Amino acid sequence: MSGAGAFTLDGMAIAYRDGETIMEAATEAGVYIPHLCHQPGFKPHGSCKLCTVSINGRNGAACTVRAQDGMTVLNNTPELNDSRRALTEMLFVEGNHICPACEKSGECQLQAVGYFVGMMTPRFDHFFPARDLDASHPEVLLDRNRCILCELCVRASRDMDGKDVFAIGGRGIRARLIVNSPTGLLADTNLSAKDKAVAVCPVGAILVKRRAYETPIGRRLYDRQPISEVALEEAKTLKGKGHG
Amino acid sequence: MPRIAPISEAVGHSVERHGARPSHLVQILREVQAELRCLPGPALDELARALRTPRVRVESAASFYHFFHSESHGAYEILFSDNIIDQMLGKREMMQYLCKLLWLQPGKLSEDGLVYVESTSDIGMADQGPAALVNGHVLPSLDESRLELVAGLIRDQKPLARWPRMLFEVADNVRKAGPLLGQAFEPGSALRKVLKQGAERTLAELDASNLRGRGGAGFKTAVKWASCRRAQGSEKHVVCNADEGEPGTFKDRVLLQSHADLVFEGMTLAARVIGASHGMVYLRGEYLYLLQRLEAVLARRRKDGLLGKGILGEQGFDFDIEIHLGAGAYICGEESALIESLEGKPGKPRNRPPYPDTFGYLGEPTGVNNVETFACAAKIAVHGGAWFAGMGTPASTGSKLMSVSGDVKRPGVYEYPFGVSVKQVLSDCGAGNAQAVQVGGPSGTCVSWREFDRRICFEDVPTAGAFMVFSRDRDMFEVARNFAHFFAHESCGFCTPCRVGTSLLRNHMDKLAAGKGSAYDMVQMKRLMHIMLTMSHCGLGHTAANPVVQTMEKFPDAYERRLRNLDFEPAFDLDGALQTARLITGRDDEWAHIVSKQP
Repeated sequence: MSGAGAFTLDGMAIAYRDGETIMEAATEAGVYIPHLCHQPGFKPHGSCKLCTVSINGRNGAACTVRAQDGMTVLNNTPELNDSRRALTEMLFVEGNHICPACEKSGECQLQAVGYFVGMMTPRFDHFFPARDLDASHPEVLLDRNRCILCELCVRASRDMDGKDVFAIGGRGIRARLIVNSPTGLLADTNLSAKDKAVAVCPVGAILVKRRAYETPIGRRLYDRQPISEVALEEAKTLKGKGHG
Repeated sequence: MPRIAPISEAVGHSVERHGARPSHLVQILREVQAELRCLPGPALDELARALRTPRVRVESAASFYHFFHSESHGAYEILFSDNIIDQMLGKREMMQYLCKLLWLQPGKLSEDGLVYVESTSDIGMADQGPAALVNGHVLPSLDESRLELVAGLIRDQKPLARWPRMLFEVADNVRKAGPLLGQAFEPGSALRKVLKQGAERTLAELDASNLRGRGGAGFKTAVKWASCRRAQGSEKHVVCNADEGEPGTFKDRVLLQSHADLVFEGMTLAARVIGASHGMVYLRGEYLYLLQRLEAVLARRRKDGLLGKGILGEQGFDFDIEIHLGAGAYICGEESALIESLEGKPGKPRNRPPYPDTFGYLGEPTGVNNVETFACAAKIAVHGGAWFAGMGTPASTGSKLMSVSGDVKRPGVYEYPFGVSVKQVLSDCGAGNAQAVQVGGPSGTCVSWREFDRRICFEDVPTAGAFMVFSRDRDMFEVARNFAHFFAHESCGFCTPCRVGTSLLRNHMDKLAAGKGSAYDMVQMKRLMHIMLTMSHCGLGHTAANPVVQTMEKFPDAYERRLRNLDFEPAFDLDGALQTARLITGRDDEWAHIVSKQP
């Protein structure tokens, strides 16, 4: 890329290249902005809103807004952190997230972000929705109770796997993950356990079967290291691969 | 009962009619459902095959829009408009009465599979409510005698085409006309002027008029068109936003019903200015009854050389307009969601920038404006920018159509110069005893009786046109609760704060209504409102908490008298939780209940 510039993030000068989002530039500079629907290498989406930052006094999602010269961006402020905590709580009460009984515990980004933003309890009333669990596929389990509608699997399947296995159906609070088969069952799609769409799920909604406890709880990814560090390291690794 | 077409036939015909274009999916789904009475799984399979598009995308669109359903709603589907104004006019009683006449329950298909009755969001008839849709066609001004007639027609299984015409007559109810509604307009006059003076001069006049978008946001029209004119693209589009979904708004209905030439002429001159050859009207599904007459106006304009190739004999001036119907989604009034819907997808707002003027329909430059904005533009082309700028206030020039409804003697459409006071409108429409006016619909401003001197304009109280009046006998809490339900129903579900926040807010309002509220609920609601306002993806989420915020502030008594406890009251009903167990065991004695101590 040709052009480059700089903006300030919480007072610190951040360099960026033309076309980069605030999120990308911040990650490269070693600043973690909490996020769930964003992953390095994916088309910007901006639905979870956790990465909302103040840009010249107006709020915007760091993962979708492109960096511009001279921007004043605020990230680590008490108000934004409080709002992020509330959004995380909203995601918890919207679905059925029972961390102690979930095999993704310790490797779940929702849980890890919950720790990062200092969530103690979801202060809103639970919805306790009745959601379907689909165990039809021989290798992959789909548990909609834990889906946070980030659409990472939708994008991965469409843009990387070239399969279009997933989409969001319904609207509003009734939005739900749907799959590409006349029966509505995962077994009748062409999903494979090796698909990017499976690996990318940040929560315990799409799981490869029979791997649940390969790593004991307590020694898992986010048990060892907070998500703020893991995310930055993963981005760096990905970038290294991209350049190599 | 009329025959239901086989799936392959219904799908085949519709797909063929639309040239197998996946971008026409919403239109195709509408047509297929009209044939099959629903969109069953096998129809989606067939559609996916015929359109060569993944089935999951077809299902995604089919399950997004309120008017689509996978199970049959019978030969007659009746949807009652559920706006607070319709409720004040007796919607609940009328719906109950019809259900009683037909022996059925709302939301459940009748035993014989003939008829289905349910509620739907505001259908744009607040001046002649309570109103309903039968198979998509408007039944205004419902009362007991009309419903008895309707019930008889249904029992006799009379096809809709043979129902008495009077049941479907929608009145304009123009109570006060100005330059838009009151002055005659000669079709073609604006286009002749544009051809004579050129696009640059037309744009300059539009700039001088200081016309701002009538859809609510108030963006300057000349700036939008100029940007679209500059934008690079092999094809450009003009889109008319006729998705008038804001509850209490119905002025675009009147423009389309009785002044369609003005609107189409505005679109055509926009096409000339920005260099577009393709135009689309996104007509809200609730206005299906207007489709035929709009198509007739378009056909006449083609015949008169005002649309099509070489308009008014001008070589290279090619432009035509097609009408797309919505399918029951308020969010599609947001311009980028509207474009998504035009492309056959669920109506979810895009990330902006880029804006439609450079990246719109199919990624091409698109000028999107409200119905009324196009009508104003046509008038400005004829009479000049200075003429228009001479009306209204410096920052809000021209006239504004207001849809007046509620506790007034003369509901209908009023055209005022911008800057008119709320008090003036109230006096003109015969509202003797008003305590509040909801200006601009649920997403707008609640103006209390203390503020009736405020003025309708972008500088003070902006509006897309709704003006709902509530007398002192009305409970403003119930007004806000109705709006909270509306937003929870209409949130597209894309972003967390709006998807979850609108439902949480609705639940809190219901908890208060059930007499279980506490001061803690008020704190939580305020917290939610802040999150929705500051973190949401689009205007729906930003404004969805407005009615609650504003009524809480302006009518605190309406809330406080509902609080059972000043501290905390759980939402969980301990005794209610035992209900299933009571049903299973067949018990209802004293020991099968947990009686909480009343304060």
